Amino acid sequence: MKKTGKRCQRLVDEGRRSFLRGSAASVGTIAAATILQTKKVEASNFPSNKLANVKDLKTNVPLDINYPDEDSPGVLLKLGSKVEGGVGPDGDIVAYSVLCPHKGYPLNYNDADKVFNCPGHYSVFDAEKGGLQVWGQATQNLPQFKLKVSSGGDIFAEGVDELIYGRLSNVL
Amino acid sequence: MAYKRNINKLPIIPKGAKKHNVVCNYCIVGCGYHAYTWNVGADGTTTNNIFGENLSVQQGADSDAWYSPSMWNIVKQNGKDVNIVIKPDKNCVVNSGLGSPRGARQGELNYSQSTSTQLQRLTDPLVYRYGQLQPTSWDDAIGLVADVTKAVIDDQGEDGLFVSAFDHGGAGGGYENTWGTGKLYLESMKIKNIRIHNRPAYNSEVHGTRDMGVGELNYCYEDTELADTIVSVGANSLETQTNVYLNHWVPNMRGTSMDKKKKQLPGEDHAPARMIFVDPRRTVTINSAEAEAGKENVMHLAINSGTDLALFNAWMTYIDSKGWVDKDFIKASTMDYDKMVKGNKTSLSEAAKITGLTTKQIQQSAEWIAKPKGNKRRRTCFVYEKGLIWGNDNYRTNCSLTNVAAATGNIGRPGGGCCRMGGHQEGYFRPADGFIWEGNPAKPPYVDKLLIEGKGGVHHVWACDHYKTTLNAHEFKRVYKKRTDIVKDAMNEVPHGDRKALVKAIMGAIKKGGLFSVDVDIIKADIAEAAHVILPAATSGEMNLTSMNGERRMRLTERYMDPPGQALPDCIIASKLGEAMGFSGYGWKTEEDAFMDGYHNGTGKIVTYDRLRAMGNNGVQEPVIDYKDGKLVGVKRLYADGKFDRHGKDHKKLIFKVSKWRGLQAPGKEAQKKKFKYLINNGRANHVWQNAYLDRKNQFVTDRWPYPFIEMNPSDMKNIGVSEGDLVEVFNDDGSTQAMVYPTPTAKKKETFMLFAYPTGVVGNVVNDGVNEVIIPNYKQTWANIRKLANKPSGVNHVSFKSKEYKI
Repeated sequence: MKKTGKRCQRLVDEGRRSFLRGSAASVGTIAAATILQTKKVEASNFPSNKLANVKDLKTNVPLDINYPDEDSPGVLLKLGSKVEGGVGPDGDIVAYSVLCPHKGYPLNYNDADKVFNCPGHYSVFDAEKGGLQVWGQATQNLPQFKLKVSSGGDIFAEGVDELIYGRLSNVL
Repeated sequence: MAYKRNINKLPIIPKGAKKHNVVCNYCIVGCGYHAYTWNVGADGTTTNNIFGENLSVQQGADSDAWYSPSMWNIVKQNGKDVNIVIKPDKNCVVNSGLGSPRGARQGELNYSQSTSTQLQRLTDPLVYRYGQLQPTSWDDAIGLVADVTKAVIDDQGEDGLFVSAFDHGGAGGGYENTWGTGKLYLESMKIKNIRIHNRPAYNSEVHGTRDMGVGELNYCYEDTELADTIVSVGANSLETQTNVYLNHWVPNMRGTSMDKKKKQLPGEDHAPARMIFVDPRRTVTINSAEAEAGKENVMHLAINSGTDLALFNAWMTYIDSKGWVDKDFIKASTMDYDKMVKGNKTSLSEAAKITGLTTKQIQQSAEWIAKPKGNKRRRTCFVYEKGLIWGNDNYRTNCSLTNVAAATGNIGRPGGGCCRMGGHQEGYFRPADGFIWEGNPAKPPYVDKLLIEGKGGVHHVWACDHYKTTLNAHEFKRVYKKRTDIVKDAMNEVPHGDRKALVKAIMGAIKKGGLFSVDVDIIKADIAEAAHVILPAATSGEMNLTSMNGERRMRLTERYMDPPGQALPDCIIASKLGEAMGFSGYGWKTEEDAFMDGYHNGTGKIVTYDRLRAMGNNGVQEPVIDYKDGKLVGVKRLYADGKFDRHGKDHKKLIFKVSKWRGLQAPGKEAQKKKFKYLINNGRANHVWQNAYLDRKNQFVTDRWPYPFIEMNPSDMKNIGVSEGDLVEVFNDDGSTQAMVYPTPTAKKKETFMLFAYPTGVVGNVVNDGVNEVIIPNYKQTWANIRKLANKPSGVNHVSFKSKEYKI
């Protein structure tokens, strides 16, 4: 979770410019991910992208992914207990955008509370409650990626339920 | 599941979209925004848009070329559907492009028949007819109000007319509308039984500082970037004055305002800010300050609730004993210093006993406030809000804090100030009101109490909702319903078309203890359940509106859309009512007419709409003293010359005040504390503006807070036998209300905190009627018992009860 992907360096730099102390040192949840497979989901114009396989996930360890394209960082997360909207054999796999919908700072995952924290303006989003903003400055809850799991355990993202920060169309 | 809008795309603002100056119409901070409007279907493209940016690529953090779905809507402009985006203004010095979770929803909080937002807005005058509120014409509604009001005045004199009216800026206020209502009630009439939106009388919440000669908004926000120490008393500013905190305090904590300090204040040492928070509760503000400044630079003085005054007097005593005061300033600009020091003498150990702090904490905080840095005075900025204003012994506590600020030379100086943080924006311009408390300068009529006692015959309510935002609310509602029902029953006996008979029946009911209630508002407030006439008002952006913020920054919000239906600006409604009652001096056609009649004519004829518009979202800081080279000229901070005038005394000296500790001052508080187990501290939450009058119909907010939360220590929850999300009843001898349990390990045992003024659970129900000597309520020191009502309702299953604190 502390790796920084080159493609999103601009976001991180923006964050660093504004945040010279305290939480600033820990920004960056974003890492490169390989989009293995892309096809459009007909009705919504969203691509159906394979993110990973169920067996690639470790419980409560977020896996960096990008969706709907490589410039939109997110994480895939196996929470360890079933949640509404969760997929996979245990109903506990979710995926979210990790750009804070307030000002676009990259969120950090806190595995003790299972929340995403924003180093910019202290917002907190609950990974177990559909990205509900527990507290914070955004005017929307955290965009969640809609997932589907194939019989072989491949996890596909097929949509987003809120507007991702920094784009006026989720699919650019 | 959390509420999601499922909006995957927004219309792009085209080049040439109309751009309007907008100041957020909610809180005191007054963040600058722009409202962009353009015809539906005439959208910009990813390559051809108002930003001149390529929007087919991901935008970076803090981008000016992004807006959220909450900022967008489709509204009517001159009768035609237009897209609107209301986004924060990056060039506004107040917020530098930041939007709060309240202000950044202004777009979707507009009335829209296209997107079905805020369809709760009132569109037509309504009168009680055939047992229901029915739409009618302005002439009919105003005519009935005028006829009944005149009849009551004929019978009871002007003391029979009771008025509840906003006195602030922003939505439900502003210079135009305070003047309109003020001219009607304080000039054309001389109404004594008048009160303000959040308190039961017509009075200042900061009478103490004013009597000392110090206006409560004396600094500029930049002072919080320059201060060595910021002292925050009873203010949870990250949640309630969000962008002052984020855009001005945080840079000082981070050290990113160091260049500004060195440049503006050369020749002295500078370091990032130290922070002192006086608050019985650990807030998210304190949490974030620790993250930014480091715990070693943050003191949280978690005093026993209501004991602020003892702490301040101990600071004063200790600071004086060390000689860390500004002797030159005291000599040149003040009086009664020695008398104050002697009268307020409080030792560290006395204060420790009262406040529950250690003597070391009090001593260290006094050092952070006043111990010189090298051979220079420390620059300390003092801010306070509802914890003090709506807390124990308001007047004296206000004086005690201002004593410390003044003695240390921190008023009128860079990096200083002793200011309230504020709730609404300000926007008060009215005729003289001294007659209200004639004969007893400190005591205006306690209006709610008089209404409960059966006084008055007609009640005009302007954008106030006593059912949610008053003390002793349980009893108030019970009596108010009863009294207004007497009138409704009488009205049911007469055909509406027979005005003469109707007024006669109403007057008969009033003689039997009835009350005729007129509600002027933008939505049907809870108190409007009792109304006989409802008049629909326009709000900010549907009319041009001027206000000033917490650093006295005056701006014009430009009208960007049509009001719903027949709704009108409050000042125009006041004008209509004034004319219908036979008064002269009205006949305003526009809100600008009201502005010119009041503010312009009464303040040296300098400020006009055109001049303000040209000043944009940075406006001008009041008082406006000149118009020069095409610009309005204001004043950056007050009292830089050491002359203090807020008390109205000719000597222009700051008067130090003796303000001794006297325990829990308001009647009934001490007994309530003894009898009931839990402190029901109360206040605001980040998502919610005021009493949720718009937010109650905003799904983003109601999804987060279906019921008001009550933060409780887990051991208290165990004792009561409740889990997260359970509904509890909060009850005492004054009333009862309900809330949703929010486990909060950082809460002190037996000290809860409940969301204030929420529609689905009104904390005012359990706040007793005790007030101070100037009729200021004490909402904060409230005690009650708590019992379980029900397991978590199904509408709460999706809600998160995790810690609100940011963790690194």
